[in-house]
Amino acid sequence: MSAMPAPLLVIGWGNLARGDDALGPLCLERLAAALPPDRRAAVELLVEHQLAPEHALDLAGRARVLFVDCDAALAQPIAARALQPQRDASAFSHALSPAALLQVYQQLHGAAPPPATLLALRGERFGLGEPPSAAGLAALDAGVAWALAWLAGGAAAA
Amino acid sequence: MPSPLETAEHPERLRRVAIDPLSRVEGHGKVTLLLDDAGRVQQARLHIVEFRGFEQFIVGRPYWEVPVMVQRLCGICPVSHHLAASKALDRVVGATGAHAVPASATAVRRLMHYGQVMQSHALHFFHLASPDLLFGFDSEPQRRHILAVAEAHPEIARQGVLLRKYGQEVIRATAGKRIHGTGSVPGGVNRLLSDEDHALLLRDAPQMVDWAAGAVALARRLHESDAALYRHFGEVPARMLSLVRPGDGALELYDGVLRVREADGRLLLDGASDQDYLDLIEEAVRPWSYMKFPYLRRLGAEDGWYRVGPLARVQNCSFIPTPRAEAARQDFVAAAGGRVAHGALTTHWARMVELLHAMEVIAESLHDPALRAGELTASGPRQAEGIAAIEAPRGTLIHHYRVGDDDLVSHCNLIVSTTHNNQAMNEAVRAVARQYFDGRALTEGLLNRIEVAIRAYDPCLSCATHALGRMPLDVTLRAADGRPLDRLLRDGDGLCQPADPAGA
Repeated sequence: MSAMPAPLLVIGWGNLARGDDALGPLCLERLAAALPPDRRAAVELLVEHQLAPEHALDLAGRARVLFVDCDAALAQPIAARALQPQRDASAFSHALSPAALLQVYQQLHGAAPPPATLLALRGERFGLGEPPSAAGLAALDAGVAWALAWLAGGAAAA
Repeated sequence: MPSPLETAEHPERLRRVAIDPLSRVEGHGKVTLLLDDAGRVQQARLHIVEFRGFEQFIVGRPYWEVPVMVQRLCGICPVSHHLAASKALDRVVGATGAHAVPASATAVRRLMHYGQVMQSHALHFFHLASPDLLFGFDSEPQRRHILAVAEAHPEIARQGVLLRKYGQEVIRATAGKRIHGTGSVPGGVNRLLSDEDHALLLRDAPQMVDWAAGAVALARRLHESDAALYRHFGEVPARMLSLVRPGDGALELYDGVLRVREADGRLLLDGASDQDYLDLIEEAVRPWSYMKFPYLRRLGAEDGWYRVGPLARVQNCSFIPTPRAEAARQDFVAAAGGRVAHGALTTHWARMVELLHAMEVIAESLHDPALRAGELTASGPRQAEGIAAIEAPRGTLIHHYRVGDDDLVSHCNLIVSTTHNNQAMNEAVRAVARQYFDGRALTEGLLNRIEVAIRAYDPCLSCATHALGRMPLDVTLRAADGRPLDRLLRDGDGLCQPADPAGA
């Protein structure tokens, strides 16, 4: 239902009301402010509460995709890795993982999804109504810098 | 409490089985079973093991922020909270009676709501329930996932994604954004449907109605493929509570009066105003779960529980006011042989009847000129309190606020659909435990049956927050003295692996 999509897509998700769970959306907010005007047409920033199957449709026509989320199990402030389509399952959740979303794309379109990278930001506090933690905000700073380099074509997944 | 299997007489002598999704998600659920030496189930409970506290999060906020803030309750049905809060706060801004919300604003809100119900039902049926239904409860865990459905039934998976996408587009067009929209405000809306969005939605509506009808046909075929299983799996006779349209009792999801039927279909109560919900419903607390147990006051805490959601609504209403969904409802009723259906799996068929109804309402309402022209808001004498009920995808949702002279919320009470269904879900767990567990060896397939019964209610236990790679099942068997005997882990790929019980 939309015109030609921007070649670069960044999806950040999380609950703004739950501390570090907001790091993904906050990262996109910072990217929106930091993007040079001449780069804005080439980038779509998509903030979501969680990933769901229809987001596979948002991946179509992209040159590269970056997923940004918090990660409670991360030892270092940020980590980035290339994603491959992969099945997973959940017990009672309504949400998909980014790798499962790529798999949905592959099934729907009968083709490989665009190259995708996951940028994980370390989170440690998730209480309702809490602000992000100091560690989360430090990870956010590092993540924004990494994402800007990725948008410029200079960052590589570790 | 009253139900058999809710509390065993000597739990210390029994061995414990826990189905525990280890996540940090809001209000996540856990099932525990206590088995005696013969392997018979003596106690079965669905626990909610985290305190939500969302009401306190709202108290102290300016009332006009609330319709946006409450969307953070839920990642999958934020629109239901957005609209329930707006409806309650309509009363606070005096938008009632002679100053009622304008017809154009109501038309936009209704379109938003039916878009939300449609996309939520599509997500559940195509992406959560269909793997169990298409492949069976004992299929390999790796197959019980939407991705396996996509491989084996690509057209079904594609239609599911596109139906949900269409519902999301309805939400974007009416709420302004795909998530956390701001379209509905106390007293009305802040936008009407644009001509461009109207044309896009109108263009695809007939196709979506046809696909929705196809989903009903699929649900019916699955039911007919094993009618005894679908009728009796997790079967729990329960009263049914929902909104219906005033006067004629038609299915009504946005605004109506409360009706309750007995489990055998007799009317118990009809035409009750949502403004009197506190006279009708009370909530009990039990020490083993953070989720309350609502019940009908006139019947008391022990006997007054009920079911909400699609299975209740489709059988509680007098008819469905759109033609194809009404024909589908009549098929559903006929298949039950004139009796009320209470099997957990029949919920899926009822949910698809509602999906078709929601899509028919959307298609029909797109011809209403009020969506694109008219007043946005109304207001009248300021009030100190507002109450509203709406039928969210999972069932009746009640919002209640008191607002001080300083415009700050001083009291907030929310009864969400999954809470209404707390006792019914617990009873479904017990029904499955009695039916499948007694005296048998534990297998992953048996444990999945418990989850299938819970999933039929589409409970919203875990969608408010999330984390990367944190949703396994951890099942531990313990001896009567509490020693861990065995342990099974199911990881994020759906694979089961034995684990060291000492690590439990």
